[in-house]
Amino acid sequence: MTDLRNGKDKTLGEILRSQGISRRSFLKFCAATASMMSISPALIPKIAHALENARRPSVIWLSFQECTGCTESLTRAHTTTIESLIFDSISLDYHHTLQAASGHAAEAAREAAMRENDGKYLLVVDGSIPLGNPGYSTIAGISNYDMLMETAKGAAAIIAVGTCATYGGLPHANPNPTGAVSLNEVIKDKPVINVPGCPPIPVVITGVLAHYLTFGSIPDLDHLGRPRAFYGNSIHDRCYRRPYYDKGLFAETFDDEGAKKGWCLYKLGCKGPTTYNACATTKWNDGTSFPIEAGHPCLGCSEPDFWDGGGFYKALSMPTENISKTAVYTATGALAAGVALGTMNQNKKNKAHDSHSKTTVSDLEK
Amino acid sequence: MTEIEFLGWVRGTGFQLATVIFIAGVIIRLVEIVMLGRKANLAEPGGSEMRSGLRTIISRMIPDKSTFQRSSFTIVSGYIFHIGLFICIFLFAPHILVFKDITGLSWPSLPTPVVDAVTVVTIISLGSIMLHRYQNCVLKFLTNTEDILVWIVTLLPLVTGYIAFHRIGSSAPGLIALHILSVEILLVVFPFTKLMHTFTIFLSRWYNGAISGFRGVES
Ligand code: SF4
Ligand code: SF4
Repeated sequence: MTDLRNGKDKTLGEILRSQGISRRSFLKFCAATASMMSISPALIPKIAHALENARRPSVIWLSFQECTGCTESLTRAHTTTIESLIFDSISLDYHHTLQAASGHAAEAAREAAMRENDGKYLLVVDGSIPLGNPGYSTIAGISNYDMLMETAKGAAAIIAVGTCATYGGLPHANPNPTGAVSLNEVIKDKPVINVPGCPPIPVVITGVLAHYLTFGSIPDLDHLGRPRAFYGNSIHDRCYRRPYYDKGLFAETFDDEGAKKGWCLYKLGCKGPTTYNACATTKWNDGTSFPIEAGHPCLGCSEPDFWDGGGFYKALSMPTENISKTAVYTATGALAAGVALGTMNQNKKNKAHDSHSKTTVSDLEK
Repeated sequence: MTEIEFLGWVRGTGFQLATVIFIAGVIIRLVEIVMLGRKANLAEPGGSEMRSGLRTIISRMIPDKSTFQRSSFTIVSGYIFHIGLFICIFLFAPHILVFKDITGLSWPSLPTPVVDAVTVVTIISLGSIMLHRYQNCVLKFLTNTEDILVWIVTLLPLVTGYIAFHRIGSSAPGLIALHILSVEILLVVFPFTKLMHTFTIFLSRWYNGAISGFRGVES
């Protein structure tokens, strides 16, 4: 019976079982998701029940001005994990990189999915939207902006994946030649779940999906629209190199003794103190490590405008402009101005002195 | 403006503006003071101006006994917060990087918890100084708006720095930006207020010493 049903009617539990995932490891995934999202362990059975019985939600994935890195991040897990299966278990009805159809056939699929699941589908977007000229980026002759607005209308929830969709990202970097904007800047009537990162951590997006499937609602978001569960801590606060920062032990270059001993990378430009992301706890590549563990400072990729932060290797406390030059020019100018003013003061004093005439006895006798 | 944009502004344009006002203000004022000169003293000098001047710069660091007895609180708390300020400004690793970026010079830093503790002590001593000012009727009478302004702009970088370090109440980019902004306010206010004593103190001490030296008396 089950096999005759088309994939869309299968529940997530059925799909996972047909992939050979045991209930035990499924429950482990639920527990991990709960702890990651700071949900009480008492709710684990509820999560498991809800996820098992969830019908495959229809997902429309729109890619605008992007590099496909986000899709790569989500689809290139090294081994098959439950996270990636959860991702496989959604009905990805439109994703122009992953789907077989192209051109008008692909657009027809999107329109069909929108019609059939009106008000129920999830909209996932990666890439920024060029407002400078609609012609800068089009799909099947439709501008990114038009396609986004049309698809957003019937969406149950909107997820912006990656720094381009959440803040404009690289296309938005100074001087922003295409007038790129984020989803938040054009979608005003619906909450957008921001999942920034360049690229975002795969498990963060499956976590957001799991939350949506379990509770039918969007997770708790911070002031930048990011799920607090994943973006609640800064890299710096969770960094295993933090004791070195506190002791004042820093790597000065990429190959000095400090670097070899694994000291703090602050002086090499680490943006961990101002970056909120889950890298330090969730890690990358199936929990192998994260960039700081590999000896590279955090670039701040989950924060707005991280491309324009004054250089990846410039320490966070340093001014971004060339202050030495400003200081030298100002000092020279000020010295000249000071001397000019001083001379004026002297002249004034001398003049006052010269025009001063002493009172004589004859003056008093007058 | 997002928090990160705010941080970008204070690290960029804001920093430039503050540097220009600070450096131009300090240099113009110092040059003007030096060029004012002194009237030629036609009397026979009783001793060396230079030696007495230089000695006074150092000797005034140590208060004489009677002065100390009269205003021990002011002197002790004054020392504490000046030394505290010095440690916070010059011996915290992220701050040294700022000086390194501008001047190319760098020196060793203190461990973060030490600077953290010194910050708290400095804040407390600055607070008690203000309290003392208002408890002593003479000091209270002498206090004007400038004194309050100078006290606030000196205290703010310490408080915002402490808050940013411990991330109290908000997220890091905004708090760090606020801290940098408070330092920029201090730099802008600096040349126009008695904060100038940072530089003029040595000039005036030398001058006091030199007058005594010329007269051949102890300063
Ligand atoms: S390496 Fe970066 S995130 Fe880690 S402690 Fe140092 S500054 Fe913080
Ligand atoms: S360590 Fe920093 S730059 Fe690297 S992926 Fe994580 S948030 Fe992005």
